[in-house]
Amino acid sequence: MTHENAPLPVESAAPLVSVENLSVTFRSPDKTVTVVNDVSFTLREGEALCLLGESGSGKTVTMRSLMRLLPPTAHYTGRIRLRGIDVLALKAGQLSGIRGSLVSMIFQEPMTALDPVFTIGQQIAETVRRHDGVSHAAARTRALDLLELVQIPSARRRLDAYPFELSGGLRQRAMIALALSCRPRILLADEPTTALDATVQIQVLLLLRSLQRELGMSTIFVTHDLGVACEVADRVAIMYAGRFVEHGAVDDVLTHAAHPYTEGLLHSTVHAERQGGRLEPIAGSPPDLAALPPGCSFEPRCVFARAACRAGMPPLSERGAGQLARCIRGSSIHEASAPVYDAEASL
Amino acid sequence: MIFYVIRRILYVIPIAIGVTIVCFMLIHLAPGDPPDAVLPDNAPPEMVEEVRAAYGFDKPLPVQYAYWLSRVVTGDFGRSIMTQRSVASEVFPAVLNSLTIAAAAIVLALFVGVLFGALSGYRSGTLTDRAITFVATTGISVPHYWLAMVLIIVFAVNMRILPATGMGPGGSSGFAFNLENLRYMVLPAIALAVGPAAIIARSVRGTVSEIRKQDFIQTLYAKGLGPTRVFLHVAKNAAPTLLAIIGLQTAHLLGGSILVETVFSWPGAGFLLHSAIFSRDLPILQGAVLVLAMFFVATNLVVDVLQTFFDPRLRRG
Ligand SMILES: Nc1ncnc2c1ncn2[C@@H]1O[C@H](COP(=O)(O)OP(=O)(O)O)[C@@H](O)[C@H]1O
Ligand SMILES: [Mg+2]
Repeated sequence: MTHENAPLPVESAAPLVSVENLSVTFRSPDKTVTVVNDVSFTLREGEALCLLGESGSGKTVTMRSLMRLLPPTAHYTGRIRLRGIDVLALKAGQLSGIRGSLVSMIFQEPMTALDPVFTIGQQIAETVRRHDGVSHAAARTRALDLLELVQIPSARRRLDAYPFELSGGLRQRAMIALALSCRPRILLADEPTTALDATVQIQVLLLLRSLQRELGMSTIFVTHDLGVACEVADRVAIMYAGRFVEHGAVDDVLTHAAHPYTEGLLHSTVHAERQGGRLEPIAGSPPDLAALPPGCSFEPRCVFARAACRAGMPPLSERGAGQLARCIRGSSIHEASAPVYDAEASL
Repeated sequence: MIFYVIRRILYVIPIAIGVTIVCFMLIHLAPGDPPDAVLPDNAPPEMVEEVRAAYGFDKPLPVQYAYWLSRVVTGDFGRSIMTQRSVASEVFPAVLNSLTIAAAAIVLALFVGVLFGALSGYRSGTLTDRAITFVATTGISVPHYWLAMVLIIVFAVNMRILPATGMGPGGSSGFAFNLENLRYMVLPAIALAVGPAAIIARSVRGTVSEIRKQDFIQTLYAKGLGPTRVFLHVAKNAAPTLLAIIGLQTAHLLGGSILVETVFSWPGAGFLLHSAIFSRDLPILQGAVLVLAMFFVATNLVVDVLQTFFDPRLRRG
């Protein structure tokens, strides 16, 4: 694969994905908005991270940053390393060399994410040819194998089908096949099942989970569904107004949330642990990113808010083995040795 | 696909019949009794009757239509009132001449329009885009006969580098593929191409920038394709729209270039129509309109079929 020829050295000890202090700012003549703010995390080989948060909290932008897939108005600061490769420093040609091969993405809307005037087979084979440089026939054979891998019935016939000829579920399976076509080590899935019918959602999720385990890919998942998060992820990160407000192992975060926003999110969504409980939406509405409060972004909606919350943005502080939360309540940040979030330590 | 093509061809039959009916009725809708055109004002009634019978005007309309149609399908469109030559021998060479200049104009318009339209669509919002949009908007608004006269004044009268009128040296009225004849095509082709080029540029710009905003473009970049390969996808998605515009513009050029052909004395269908209208030569008018209308129908058919070649979704309809 082409990315193996990338000039940057590959340190095997380094985590597969390492994001340090990533911020993304959209600049236009009339306004400048920072939509992802100081996000740091790492991901090891085979690990699955789930991003949770209300819409507009910056999940999609965070994901797309990993492949620099944002419009030219986006400005990145911080550092993104995928298998040791400094993504933000890559030239256009090198970048397209890792897109689709080292890291690939499954989009939310299978209806619009596939080119309507090319067949499924053509779209997959094109990717295979781009990265593996094989013949047309070999690429087509690989496309067929991939359709079978994602369990599309009568795969041979579907190879020559256009996206509009497939149902939503099959289309998303085709999208998954496309994403897997060059054996990526990192898979990004942005709400991969949100656009599908409920019954189809489960099938596609189960497929994704088994593929992720079978192929040993590191995965970052965006979802609204806490149940999905529990099923698929090893770790979760809760985003609010462009920041990670809580981050840790799934079991820790979902059973004893340390941040009031996480708590609110747990109460406002249906999921296995709390079935039968009352749903309580979080009061207030998501903040305007262009006019954030001076302190904690969640403070205006927080039931525990006090004066100290308005003093400044609380740092991510440790709450237990690898669990971090950005809240002064119950944190040890007032004590002498305030643990500051460290990307390596969170592992 | 093949079924779609067959079905689409079958659709043409009723349209073609409709066209023939309209063309047939043309003579009867025109003011005055048809024979008036050929008769002196003070013709005796016997002579009027004689002419009516000779042209078949004394029979009921459906009979006249059936009779007319049976001749038309064998290529017999009657005789010109002015020249007494067969309508076919007047109309076909003229339509061919129009096709020649229209083809040259369309190729030119396509080249310029697609190039600048795509550039503008890729650079949408920039200075380049705005400059192209400004020029294109001007191009659409400029009357082509005025442009034709300006071109003649500048390049033929003042600079004397290109011939002003006609189709070839010595008033030749048929096309020959040589440098000397090509020189006669330059000015009329440019005059005819400006409008379509501007329209093509505008719609290619719109289509391209619209397609580039679609989600699947992200997917293409996400799978590691470079800009050239992505352009291929943009182009295939834009092709049906472009084809529709080419079809419309070709049809428009064939019939709508009366003024430009007159200015350049280009012996085409427009030129022929122009003189037929002024001399009330109804058989010529009828024949020319019928042939041109059939060209429109055929162009539409070709465009529709080609469109489905690029966009499979259109095959369903
Ligand atoms: N191309 C863009 N230009 C400007 N703002 C953007 C752009 N893309 C996203 N945003 C803004 O970034 C914020 C986060 O968006 P997003 O990451 O899509 O949220 P999520 O995926 O969590 O729902 C939103 O406020 C959105 O309006
Ligand atoms: Mg999103």
